[in-house]
Amino acid sequence: MKKGQAPRALYIHIPFCTNKCHYCDFTSYVLKGQPVDAYLDALEREMERTVKLMPTDVIDTVFVGGGTPTVLTPPQMDRFLSSVKAYFPLSEHVEFTMEANPGTTDIDKLTAMREGGVNRISFGVQSFDNGLLERIGRIHNVDDVYRSLENARKVGFNNLSIDLMFGLPKQSLEQLADSVRKALELELPHYSIYSLKVEENTLFHKLYERNELPLPPEEEEFNMFVLLMNMLKQNGFKHYEISNFAKPGFESRHNSTYWRNEPYYGLGAGAHGYANRVRHMNIKGVQPYIDATLEKLPRLESFDISEKEAMEDFMMVGLRLLDGVRSSHFSKQFDGQSLEAKFGGIIDKLIKDGLLERVELASDIGYRLTDQGVLLGNEVFGAFIEL
Amino acid sequence: MTDVRDRQKKIRNFSIIAHIDHGKSTLADRILEYTGALTAREMQSQVLDKMDLERERGITIKLTAVRLTYKADDGEEYLLTLIDTPGHVDFTYEVSRSMAACEGALLVVDAAQGIEAQTLANVYLALDNSLEIVPVINKIDLPSAEPERVKQEIEDVIGLDASEAVLASAKAGIGIKEILEQVVSKVPAPTGDPDAPLKALIFDSHYDAYKGVIVYVRIMEGSIKPGSKIRFMATGAEFEVIEVGMFMPSMTTVKELAVGDVGFVVAGIKNVKDTRVGDTITESKRQAPEPLPGYRRINPMVYCGLYPIETQDYNDLREALEKLELNDAALRYEPESSTALGFGFRCGFLGLLHMEIIQERIEREFNIPLITTAPSVIYKVTLTNGESMEIDNPSNYPEAGKLEYVEEPYVKAAIIVPNDYVGAIMELCQAKRGEFINMEYLDTNRVTISYHVPLSEIVYDFFDQLKSSTKGYASFDYELSGYRRSNLVKMDIMLNGEQVDALSVIVHRDRAYNRGRGICQKMKELIPRQMFEVPVQASVGTKVIARETVKAMRKNVLAKCYGGDISRKRKLLEKQKEGKKRMKQVGSVEVPQEAFMAVLKIDED
Repeated sequence: MKKGQAPRALYIHIPFCTNKCHYCDFTSYVLKGQPVDAYLDALEREMERTVKLMPTDVIDTVFVGGGTPTVLTPPQMDRFLSSVKAYFPLSEHVEFTMEANPGTTDIDKLTAMREGGVNRISFGVQSFDNGLLERIGRIHNVDDVYRSLENARKVGFNNLSIDLMFGLPKQSLEQLADSVRKALELELPHYSIYSLKVEENTLFHKLYERNELPLPPEEEEFNMFVLLMNMLKQNGFKHYEISNFAKPGFESRHNSTYWRNEPYYGLGAGAHGYANRVRHMNIKGVQPYIDATLEKLPRLESFDISEKEAMEDFMMVGLRLLDGVRSSHFSKQFDGQSLEAKFGGIIDKLIKDGLLERVELASDIGYRLTDQGVLLGNEVFGAFIEL
Repeated sequence: MTDVRDRQKKIRNFSIIAHIDHGKSTLADRILEYTGALTAREMQSQVLDKMDLERERGITIKLTAVRLTYKADDGEEYLLTLIDTPGHVDFTYEVSRSMAACEGALLVVDAAQGIEAQTLANVYLALDNSLEIVPVINKIDLPSAEPERVKQEIEDVIGLDASEAVLASAKAGIGIKEILEQVVSKVPAPTGDPDAPLKALIFDSHYDAYKGVIVYVRIMEGSIKPGSKIRFMATGAEFEVIEVGMFMPSMTTVKELAVGDVGFVVAGIKNVKDTRVGDTITESKRQAPEPLPGYRRINPMVYCGLYPIETQDYNDLREALEKLELNDAALRYEPESSTALGFGFRCGFLGLLHMEIIQERIEREFNIPLITTAPSVIYKVTLTNGESMEIDNPSNYPEAGKLEYVEEPYVKAAIIVPNDYVGAIMELCQAKRGEFINMEYLDTNRVTISYHVPLSEIVYDFFDQLKSSTKGYASFDYELSGYRRSNLVKMDIMLNGEQVDALSVIVHRDRAYNRGRGICQKMKELIPRQMFEVPVQASVGTKVIARETVKAMRKNVLAKCYGGDISRKRKLLEKQKEGKKRMKQVGSVEVPQEAFMAVLKIDED
């Protein structure tokens, strides 16, 4: 990204949930009693301030995350989606994703989403094992999953994705295999399958500190990862990012913005954005966020990203994509500078260690993770960060 | 000259003897405050402990001497000098020299805990120096205080009259005036002839970037002033005095230091080594016939290797050591190299605490991340060809075939402990190859147990084990008692098949197996998983005696990129990287700093 290039990707955060999951440290508040309408007003104010300060010609991707965006009622949903369209020039081919939790999507709501422009839904399924779902604090069950997906299809959504988790407390390899099998039977075009990470300020963290969180050992987690990669591959999915698998043409374009280190708007309580080499994080609390939008952009903090840091980020996020990074993209983002001149030594070492490989393209050079590199990605990403 | 003699009568030089934690620094602060040497506003807790490190650890490392004026109840104004002394066994010699500069000492004993081994050792030092001892029972405001019992203990154990012991609480400011009154009435004024040739005892020094070495002295005979030509009797070095002064508590120049005074001398001295603690300063022209007694060279007891983690820091490390040496006559260093660690220095210290302090100061004040190898004592080795050598680095240990015999240093350890723990102490000392000397009852409840123990065992984990096996009730002191023949072997450690010289240790043959196993297990815990399997082996000669394996890392990759929160991901990777920075690449293996000290941290069955 050259300085000054306007974002073409838009992230909006809806910080409400019906309850809080044991592993979640996102900005989210239990819905009951929350000023949802006032929050939607505030979002509109932030949209207005944002496009005024930094207008864009076109938005290629929108991602509405949470929290659980689908806790909005159909009228709220309708009103929210209208405001997005009113302030942002959405492309004709926009990828418009909304996160949803099974059990929060009836036909009416799905219809409101569809009519409001949403064309992709990412369901937080996490597992097809009711016992495990309960253990991680999810309120839905497996039947909700099937019903929600059936409804989504009925209303006309075909670009659907589900999230699954592995490395959950007491999860066995067989349980994971079973969940992946059931997920594949749904014949969706996209799956996100990621390992549990115990974040601070979560119930799981507390349990972990007390030694009461029976996580599978590294060896078992390794086996799970290898198993699920094989299963997805055998079913014709492309492993296109560390935790993401898609049928050709169904890769998440929005998330690819992050991975290519390109700019994006971030709106809503606790949202992150990146533009003009500035990263920002919004105020997290709902009411403080609402109040702040009355006066200004509701920033909690903003910090400048130096060119050096931006270059490191380029490698750190870019190598998450299994196609890797390209020298030409690097030069384009950094005023013609050469990737090899900047990181040649580190790359050579990683190649020697068998974690990275060089790809000769027609008129370009690329670097990507080897199979071993995918398993030990942090060793690769970390190598580019200079303290 | 009557002025000088009158003044001399009003001088009282005293130090404070106390066990760590018994409140010495707080008491010193209160005395300064009470005599107005510092206003309350200037007071920062523990003024006498200058270095941050001292303040943090709550211990005194360098000595300081503060001149105070005190108007006593008799209406006279007295000139008091409080000489602060280190409380740790590593610095016993420095304590003894600073005591030689005094006529009296406050014996501070915790009203709840009673006398501890270190206190006792220092009381004996004070008695050796014929000091008048003023007992002070501190912390009397504690609910657990038992001043009567402690008084009795002082009488029984030391044989001092404790009937007039001051009951004080330095923290609460209780008893400070009484202490000062007793100093005035009980501590004798300095004797010594003001007209005799100069005899000044050096009890400390520090290096100042502008003035050179500043020598801390006590004038025993005669006087000294700017322009005097002086001679250091042990080293023979001669200088001309530029300035003399006192600590009030900041350095203040005066016209002259006369008999009985404690102060400093500036004489354009470039090297601390010329000014050894314990040496006597006299006049070049009118030399004293005899130096003051008690001078001895301080020799390091413990050696270790200090290596920069980043090889490019080598020169900075050399400079850091040069600077520290200016202030620390006991520190020794010389360049050495290790196959595993590259270029570094072999350094000699008075003891483990001294070693830790130097290491921490280098890391903090000079910002050089270090690898410290396991400390070693000095072994005396005699070869089959009759040659003998001293070994302070295990990697220089000769191969078994060339070895006739080897001797290791022993200390006489005195441990004071409540009755109930006698068994535990004996067990510990036996396990540390100790040899029982005797046991004496201090009172009905507490015992002094003496043992001969190899110094290397003390250097290992004796302190920690002593603490844990007595719930912290034991106190401990030791002094070098000589060399003895021992059945020792060199044990090597191999990582991924490569011997790491910096991890070699010298151990008693009977302990080699246990210690080898302990080290391998500890290494396995400390060395993070690498991208390949790393065998850890301990061997004596060619025989492998223990083996563990650090399994290969299988999976280490962050999951999702949540809502574009790149900075969180970055922080995580930065943390991972920060950890690696503290590691040293040894061959193909990344070894964390603390692994090189692992030998000290093992549990032996």
